[in-house]
Amino acid sequence: MAGEKSVETTGLLGWIDRRFPLTATYKAHLSEYYAPKNFNFWYFFGSLALLVLVLQIVTGIFLVMHYKPDAQFAFQSVEYIMREVPGGWFIRYMHSTGASMFFVVVYLHMVRALIYGSYRKPRELIWIFGVAIFLCLMAEAFFGYLLPWGQMSFWGAQVIVNLFSAIPFIGPELSIWIRGDYVVSDATLNRFFAFHVIAIPLVLIGLVAAHLVALHEVGSNNPDGIDIKAKKDKYGRPLDGIPFHPFYTVHDILGVAGFMIIFMAIVFFAPEMGGYFLEYNNFIPADPLKTPPHIAPVWYFTPFYSMLRATTDDFTWVLAGAAVVAALVMFFKCKGAAKLIVPVVLLVVAVLLRLIDAKFWGVVAMGGAVVLLFFLPWLDYSPVRSIRYRPGWHKWLYGIFFVNFIVLGYLGTQAPTDTFNLMSQIGTLIYLAFFLLMPVWSRLGTFKPVPDRVTFHAH
Amino acid sequence: MHTEPNLTNGMTMIKKLIGALALMMTCTVAGAAGGEFPLDKAPNRINDLASLQNGAKLFVNYCLNCHSASSMRYNKLKDIGLTDQQIKENLLFTGEKVGDLMNGSITAKDGKMWFGAAPPDLSVMARAKSINAGPSGTDYIYTYLRTYYRDTSKATGWDNLAFPSVGMPHVLWDRQGPRELTTTVVHQVEKDGKKSWERVTTVFDPMGYSTSKVEPLANFKGVASVDHKFKALDPAKSAAYDNDIADIANFMQWMAEPVQQKRKQIGVWVLLFLGIFFVVAWRLNASFWKHVK
Repeated sequence: MAGEKSVETTGLLGWIDRRFPLTATYKAHLSEYYAPKNFNFWYFFGSLALLVLVLQIVTGIFLVMHYKPDAQFAFQSVEYIMREVPGGWFIRYMHSTGASMFFVVVYLHMVRALIYGSYRKPRELIWIFGVAIFLCLMAEAFFGYLLPWGQMSFWGAQVIVNLFSAIPFIGPELSIWIRGDYVVSDATLNRFFAFHVIAIPLVLIGLVAAHLVALHEVGSNNPDGIDIKAKKDKYGRPLDGIPFHPFYTVHDILGVAGFMIIFMAIVFFAPEMGGYFLEYNNFIPADPLKTPPHIAPVWYFTPFYSMLRATTDDFTWVLAGAAVVAALVMFFKCKGAAKLIVPVVLLVVAVLLRLIDAKFWGVVAMGGAVVLLFFLPWLDYSPVRSIRYRPGWHKWLYGIFFVNFIVLGYLGTQAPTDTFNLMSQIGTLIYLAFFLLMPVWSRLGTFKPVPDRVTFHAH
Repeated sequence: MHTEPNLTNGMTMIKKLIGALALMMTCTVAGAAGGEFPLDKAPNRINDLASLQNGAKLFVNYCLNCHSASSMRYNKLKDIGLTDQQIKENLLFTGEKVGDLMNGSITAKDGKMWFGAAPPDLSVMARAKSINAGPSGTDYIYTYLRTYYRDTSKATGWDNLAFPSVGMPHVLWDRQGPRELTTTVVHQVEKDGKKSWERVTTVFDPMGYSTSKVEPLANFKGVASVDHKFKALDPAKSAAYDNDIADIANFMQWMAEPVQQKRKQIGVWVLLFLGIFFVVAWRLNASFWKHVK
């Protein structure tokens, strides 16, 4: 027949393949998609993140069937789910535990990308889509956290939305526009519900698809940071590659089994996780007239919350000083038009740091800490991708960075004291310096020779 | 343009009101109990149906007069071994049905007028009062209901160690019997620019009249401390009361999450299944990868 595609498959599959690239897609993304064979423990977290996303969507659908996005009934409807909806408690605990475990998995996934240089050329877009997914995830978690309408829901949202009022000129009007009211209220709850159940998840799924398409276009990185496509056999298959299916499907099933043991242990035996996954204060219904003495966001936001709180008026002096020093360095280092433009911009920033309220710069520090991640592929100048072949002291830098992030997270859960505040200021500087000075330190030191083939020990 | 100040004004007004109330109620010792009050560990009776039923009986008879537990239905009590008939005969007093929610009998507005704050809903109070990585809300309830003492200077005639200047009077007082409280505070004072230590011993007698004694401590080496001691004039009654409070706290822990026992029972089977699944997945993975060189 004219115009009909000729395919190898026959029968029903052949009928479909002539109309839809089913076999071709299956081969391209699974049975003939070659992944490096030296994946280690760190490579479980991508598929686990996908698993948690599906879990959140499925449990979320069932929760929406019973939840009432109304300031009058929201709190009660969650308890109704916990008590009267058959199996409702299980669905709700999976969803609340899933939110925290999503961040656990995604943070570990990002650590993997950092230590093996998975964001380096040609994987910049995978990384950028990934950071966008992280941002969406934060928005999704923030909007979702208002829905139980407990004290922490209410005051957490109040604090975060108030941050927007720190933006010069438009801030106060902007925060009212976001809330739809002068305080967090029923109007806020309804719009957050809309964002949480439809707007953000749609964007999230689109970004995840883009993340995977980009990944399969260039292929996975690996713990050695070697390009496996450089060495191919006579059929054009990478020598160090292995078909994703069945080898990594069975491997990921093992990862899922291990993850589910931890996940279900939390769901069934410690759903509150000591007040860190479900905050105890959130078992008190939202009360706009009673401010809790200590408002802390959920643990996954606390590193960034620490940076927000660290940015006091005193601290903007330090930041302004750093900007002046950077301006001087740039003046001597840059060439051409940049020699003038970059230092002038930095000096203007230094002046603004002292002119505009510190609260605004706190918001900038918090947002900037995430936005900075987008630029990572262009900050890293190291000649090798993987940490395995970097100088020993680079490993210490990464170690300090990760420990610092955890310390910032801890500080964010605590009530502020002078010592803690100083610690989070130092922590903020370490975080910023790690990325902003990366163009300098990442090329220093003696790098080890990178092997031609991946390091692989047969099982 | 901004309505926000309205809220602020409202809040300042409430703060002022509360401040005035506090001033009205404050006595000399009120400032002594600083910081978090150390909580007693509640006995774990979550598997004890008799204790849960006794707790339910006391809860419905005493607490539910002013408080509500509006996430709870009376017939949920069947989970702790009661029958519809028992619930109907012993726990429903004002014509409710067994399928009704445990709503309180006073309105929030009345409660606010009478006690300064509306009595909160108690459905999930045992969870709400827990501290991160610290004592549970059950411990708080167990301690709170056992640290009431008479104080004539308070509006209700009662005060509480775990919840200073509490609005709620000691509803269960007749079950506890008379008690005497001795508070011992060791602290540093400054007199004429000179720092010295002293011990203040305050005794609240069973009628709530307090007497204070100040002893200067010469050459004291140590840290500031606050100590409270109750003396029950009817020890047997007081011990029975402690037992009842353990049951109430136990019931409130159960009520905060009625599914908690079932959750753990199912959890054991789920983990057992996942354990087996893990072994299968592990061997499956190994059998595929053993040929990869």
